Amino acid sequence: MTDLGTLATEPLFGLPLPELWFALLFAMLGTFLFFDGFDFGAGALFALREDETERETVLAAIGPFWDGNEVWLVVFGGALFAAFPSVYAGLFSRHYLLMFGILGALILRGLAPEMYEQRHDAAWQRWWGRAFVAGSVLAPFLLGAFVGNWLAGTERSFTLVGIVVGLGVTALTVVSGTAFLRVKTTGEFHDALGRYGPPAVVGYLLAVVTALGALCATVPGLRAALVSVPVLALVGLSVLLAVGYVLALRRDYDLLALVASAALTYGLVAVVALALYPAVNPVTGATVESAIVSTLPLNLMSVGAALLLPLVASYFVVLYSAFRGPAQPKEGY
Amino acid sequence: MVDPVVASRLQFAVTTIVHIVFPVMSMGLAPFLVYFTWKEIRTDEPRYEQLRRFWTKIFAVSFVVGTVTGIVLEFEFGTNFAAFSTAAGELFGGPLAIEGMMAFMLEATFLGVFVFGRERVSDALYFVSSVAVALGTWLSAVWILIANSWMQMPRGYELATENGQTVVHLVDPVAAYFTPRFTYMYVHMQNSAVLSVSLFMAGVAAYHVFRHHVWGYSVSNVGFWEAILKIALVALLVTAPLQVVHGDQYAQHVYETQPQKFAAMEAVWDTERYVPEYIVAFPTSPDQLTDPRAKELFGLGIPGGASWLASGGDPDAEIRGLNEFDTEPPPVAIVFWSFRAMVGLGFWFILLAFWGGYRWWRGQLLEDDLLHKALMASSLLGIVAVELGWIVTEVGRQPWVIQGVMKTSEGVSPGLTGAEATVTLVGFVLVYTTLLALYTYVVARIIRTGPPGGSDLRTLPDDRPDPSMPPTEVPADD
Repeated sequence: MTDLGTLATEPLFGLPLPELWFALLFAMLGTFLFFDGFDFGAGALFALREDETERETVLAAIGPFWDGNEVWLVVFGGALFAAFPSVYAGLFSRHYLLMFGILGALILRGLAPEMYEQRHDAAWQRWWGRAFVAGSVLAPFLLGAFVGNWLAGTERSFTLVGIVVGLGVTALTVVSGTAFLRVKTTGEFHDALGRYGPPAVVGYLLAVVTALGALCATVPGLRAALVSVPVLALVGLSVLLAVGYVLALRRDYDLLALVASAALTYGLVAVVALALYPAVNPVTGATVESAIVSTLPLNLMSVGAALLLPLVASYFVVLYSAFRGPAQPKEGY
Repeated sequence: MVDPVVASRLQFAVTTIVHIVFPVMSMGLAPFLVYFTWKEIRTDEPRYEQLRRFWTKIFAVSFVVGTVTGIVLEFEFGTNFAAFSTAAGELFGGPLAIEGMMAFMLEATFLGVFVFGRERVSDALYFVSSVAVALGTWLSAVWILIANSWMQMPRGYELATENGQTVVHLVDPVAAYFTPRFTYMYVHMQNSAVLSVSLFMAGVAAYHVFRHHVWGYSVSNVGFWEAILKIALVALLVTAPLQVVHGDQYAQHVYETQPQKFAAMEAVWDTERYVPEYIVAFPTSPDQLTDPRAKELFGLGIPGGASWLASGGDPDAEIRGLNEFDTEPPPVAIVFWSFRAMVGLGFWFILLAFWGGYRWWRGQLLEDDLLHKALMASSLLGIVAVELGWIVTEVGRQPWVIQGVMKTSEGVSPGLTGAEATVTLVGFVLVYTTLLALYTYVVARIIRTGPPGGSDLRTLPDDRPDPSMPPTEVPADD
């Protein structure tokens, strides 16, 4: 028997670890929704552009990044499993078909660009292009629906709130996808992309407000949490960010627009987290305190995350600085 | 309607059996890629750049398919095995989370640099990225096998009942996560990945070499393929014997720690001493194929062999029979035949390695047609052996999901309906068959197109031209 000292009985440094892990989980979800979100958005914009060079540029822009971005979903899933095992099990098994829908969409999105580049005949590329778009649009839609259902505490997988949140998240990926592609392009394509941002951000805000309204109307338990100062402040901030985003796009401050879309994304997950807390799975009534894993594994996980997440951040810095600047089609190997 | 338990188990089997192909390819290729990158940077020889670029293409597509099929597995614990996840999450979730942060992230981010960044980063950073990718793939296996070895050999835990459900609590992380089983599994798995990739490389290279030297096609890049054949043979000579020697120790460990699985591997029903090892076993009736019993099989047995192997040298050692356990036995036929096929393949790989090594030593490597045919036929057998080994490991643990603690049937999601589970099972069979077909198509295409750069650097004189054959290999369209 290994001597563990207080590691098995006391939270590390007396920190409020359950709350920290709850916050960290949503931070991971937000990081996934932002980073892979702009890949999804790029996939949606791919559908709107016919020109072959432009399409190749879209694929080249996300090529080096999407795989690392998608791993944030793996990290989120793993962290949920490790920190709140019963919540992970309950949510994933309840929204069974929805989860497999997300997985299917991610398979399409990941595989399609690889296939698209294999052959240069028109029919082949048309079909793999469609598969890429379908995966890129369906993944955020279904993930949004999952988050909406989670918050609403519903047993059903396909609900009105879920659909509205799904549409909102999809619009949000187009918001960040536009900003990302603007950073990665020049010339005519860059200028043409500007017009997709404003309608997407307006659509996103409408979806969020509709979803919040619908939640207040249908889930009485959430009303107090939603009509609260922090949530309303975040909604107000989102409107300001949306205005800033549109202005930044207009003046070609593309990186600033990308930062604004990141802030919008983290704002959305913050609203979800605030509305849920202290519950972590409303269906079973599990709270952060009741569903958290025991002290020993929690302490170990905390040490692991504290050591590893800064390293992960440094990998992202290396990756994104290696590929800064406009994307070049036909780059690789 | 199919029972959700059966459907969930089948689905997990299908999704893991397909998924493991891709990590085997990426873990096995990783050390070769580090070597090629190192040589490319140090020697500036175009040969190594060709090697690195060619195998990176195959690595990249394996990694992409491995990513998308791997996420499925992580989610399936929650979707299909919610009761297991709730009960064992405290021990099982942690390694998966750490795997994501420590290994998968390292691999996925530096893969971007490694695949797309040769012209963008310095030589030093490029080499670092190859090491990071390789390290990531190998660390990934560490955490996955830590989780799996705990299911085979649970240690360092306590059982408690919470809300009427049995829950596993972690009490000793060192005992739980560093079970002796982990080391056996890790060495066996990683060596088998390199072995599988060596066989794959050798088979692919033999195909091109054979076309050139035997069929008389003038393969423009034959020097490139000869180089691969030699590199693969070196790796094969190291890994093939190691796999069998180490596998023998691993089997002894299973005998000591999972006697029920061991009995199924040997199809021993009644507890006995002096159990023979059937080197060759033939069923003499269909019954024996589906319900093998060691004593009734017709085969070449070494007297006391199984006892001798199990105990590490005592031919009189006792092997507990399947009838002696309280729980029902695992599906013995699957475990017994898979184990035999895997071991048989292991010996075949050693034979291939020594055969190739001998021909090379005698300077006849390029002339032995039969060797080339054997290598071509064996190119996928390494992966087959890995699959068989995992089938022995996982099916052999049944009926337990956590050995001796929780049965697989108790681990399935309580709310899951047969309809839902059937829909996704059928979906996965269709999607994964397509996925495998597409992967095969892409890899075959990469192989047919040959190394990038086109011109060979050591074009051999056309020693056996055949006027009726096309003079040069025309790479496929594009």
